[in-house]
Amino acid sequence: MVPMSYFVGLSAVLFAIGVAGVLLRRDIIVIFMSIEIMLNAVNLAFVALARRLGSMDGQVIVFFVMTVAAAEAAVGLAIIISVFRNRETVNADEINLLRG
Amino acid sequence: MTAQFPALALILLFPALGFVFNVFFGRRAGRGAVNLAGPGVIFLAFAIALWGFARLLAMPPGAALEVTLWPWIVAGQFHTAIALRFDALSAVMTLIVSGVGAVIHLYSVGYMAHDEDYARYFAYMNLFALSMLVLVLADNLLLMFVGWEGVGLCSYLLIAFWYDNAQFAYNGRKAFVVNRVGDAGFILGILTILSALAAHGVWTLNFVGLQAHSAMLAPVATLAGLLLLLGATGKSAQIPLYVWLPDAMVGPTPVSALIHAATMVTAGVYMIARLHFLYTLTPDAMYVVAVIGTVTAFFAATVAVVQTDIKRVLAYSTISQLGYMFMGVGAGAFAAGIFHVMTHAFFKGLLFLCAGSIIHALDGEQDMTRMGALWRRMPITYATMLAATLAISAVPGFSGYFSKDLILERTFAAGYGGLWLIGVVTAGLTALYMFRLLFLTFHGSSRVAPDKHVHESPPVMTVPLIILGVLSVVGGWVELPAGWLWGGAFTRFLTPVFGPFRTEAAHGAAAGAIGMVAMLATFIGFALAYILYIQTPSLPGRIATGASALYRLLVRKYYVDELYNLVFARFLFWGSENVLNRGVDRGLIDGIVDGAGLGVEEAGEMTRRSETGNVQVYAFVYLIGAVGIVAAYAYLVMVR
Repeated sequence: MVPMSYFVGLSAVLFAIGVAGVLLRRDIIVIFMSIEIMLNAVNLAFVALARRLGSMDGQVIVFFVMTVAAAEAAVGLAIIISVFRNRETVNADEINLLRG
Repeated sequence: MTAQFPALALILLFPALGFVFNVFFGRRAGRGAVNLAGPGVIFLAFAIALWGFARLLAMPPGAALEVTLWPWIVAGQFHTAIALRFDALSAVMTLIVSGVGAVIHLYSVGYMAHDEDYARYFAYMNLFALSMLVLVLADNLLLMFVGWEGVGLCSYLLIAFWYDNAQFAYNGRKAFVVNRVGDAGFILGILTILSALAAHGVWTLNFVGLQAHSAMLAPVATLAGLLLLLGATGKSAQIPLYVWLPDAMVGPTPVSALIHAATMVTAGVYMIARLHFLYTLTPDAMYVVAVIGTVTAFFAATVAVVQTDIKRVLAYSTISQLGYMFMGVGAGAFAAGIFHVMTHAFFKGLLFLCAGSIIHALDGEQDMTRMGALWRRMPITYATMLAATLAISAVPGFSGYFSKDLILERTFAAGYGGLWLIGVVTAGLTALYMFRLLFLTFHGSSRVAPDKHVHESPPVMTVPLIILGVLSVVGGWVELPAGWLWGGAFTRFLTPVFGPFRTEAAHGAAAGAIGMVAMLATFIGFALAYILYIQTPSLPGRIATGASALYRLLVRKYYVDELYNLVFARFLFWGSENVLNRGVDRGLIDGIVDGAGLGVEEAGEMTRRSETGNVQVYAFVYLIGAVGIVAAYAYLVMVR
């Protein structure tokens, strides 16, 4: 058996990579990809714990997370296209109209 | 015995309505409405006062009409109400204020006809009438003080009526500030009285109550009396606080007539008379009152003799005559003092109105050296002014004779021979400067500038002159000497309020001789005036150059204004400009207000910097928050 701590550890590392990507990358599409990484890391943690605890709850939550991720990706990409049409850029640093 | 008389409130209500009307609707309603409303409400108040007076006469002596309007201060045991009391003394004062006031309001319709601000003028005049009536009708010391302050305010507003002129505005402020010094004394006096009563558990400032407990006031009587006297010297222009009155002459002449001759300035005398029970407890304070009155009377008369501005002569004359009133009440002759208040209101009010008539006819000229030979062209003004001059000079038969003579006689009877003598000399001076005024203005050769169109005043101005003229002649006949017809009627009317004058013995030969001396002084004054200003007009000029130092001293009013300026005013102005204006007002208060605004601006600037517009920064902050919550949860739930 692979110890569960490996799965949770991997999940944590993946999540951290996702966070770093969201905070540090300039390209909006890359930021979205990082968000997907974060969601999948969470999925991994849920599944591993479900297997360990013998409960189906974790597996069912994964379904929900995947659904939400898909819907969110669709909407997000639509927003990116709209932003690009108006601003001619996908550089997060340059989209700062809310700057005070 | 007292009876309720709710209509008393109308005496206050009518002027109040007049004030409100003139303030809010005066301009829009037009001159006609204001000319009706302004004087009209005072005539109505006078009518109500007459009604009350008739009621009072029908009641036994010592009766009073009262009404309580509403409770005012209820603080523990201290209760004060807005309540009015119409006894013999306040009846006399109310009739004077509303009667002479109504006549002067009517005169103002003519005098202020060319002025743009007629609505504001009548608004202030009505407000003054309201305040003065509150003062004389109040049944307690606190409400009287409210009226006291109100007349001071209106005096300021009306002196500085033509406020575009910086000097006029300054004189208004000077009047108010000097008055305030007196008011400080007044307030301290009230507190002294209250503290003395409170020590015995009595908490009232009601005049009836004060009189009932006057025994408790004995220990503080002198102190309270002197403090209240300070207030009286401010309001009634006595030494040391008289300096505002001559400068108050820059206001419209009807204002000078009403406020600075007939009514407001008598408030001090009224106050002392009202509190006679306090003053009779302290012969020392009464002596101070009498001395101040006498010295002021003499001092002001000497200055009046050399002034060339017609209104200034009358101003100093007012100060002098008020001195007589103080002399009277200081000697214990309260009724005599009030009697002189009444006759003075008639003849001094008339003198000012006549002066206004002349000024009006000469298109603003007030310098007597540029008048002369006016009697043919202004006969009504001349006749009434002559009547007033005879009255003030205490020529037998005229009103002033009876009142001034009564004061002098009773001062002598009270044992103040020295004061009596100074009073007699002052009477001579009075005749001198008044006939000087008359001769310079109406007689002699005309020194009027050729472009002046001299005309008699319109009836709306001359009718008041005639009314007051008649009163100046007959007004004194209410108090004939004892033994003649209804002798002593006026003093008998007031006796239930004051008690009898302490020494009624001064009758017969002694009284006769005293009266003769006063009449002699008057005649000498008249004769001197005739010699100096009719017979040999060049003589005054030669005397002036001959005794130039003395002459300069008198013309410059003994340099008192300069002295006050040096000792008090300069320091106060410096303090006001540098400490209060720059330091407190601009520095502290503006600093706090502006500082609050600047502070908020600074805080805003600092928080603005968090709005970077960069989504990733926002996400980072979000992350920190989330970590914080998890850490807190871990700490609180798992560790504990």
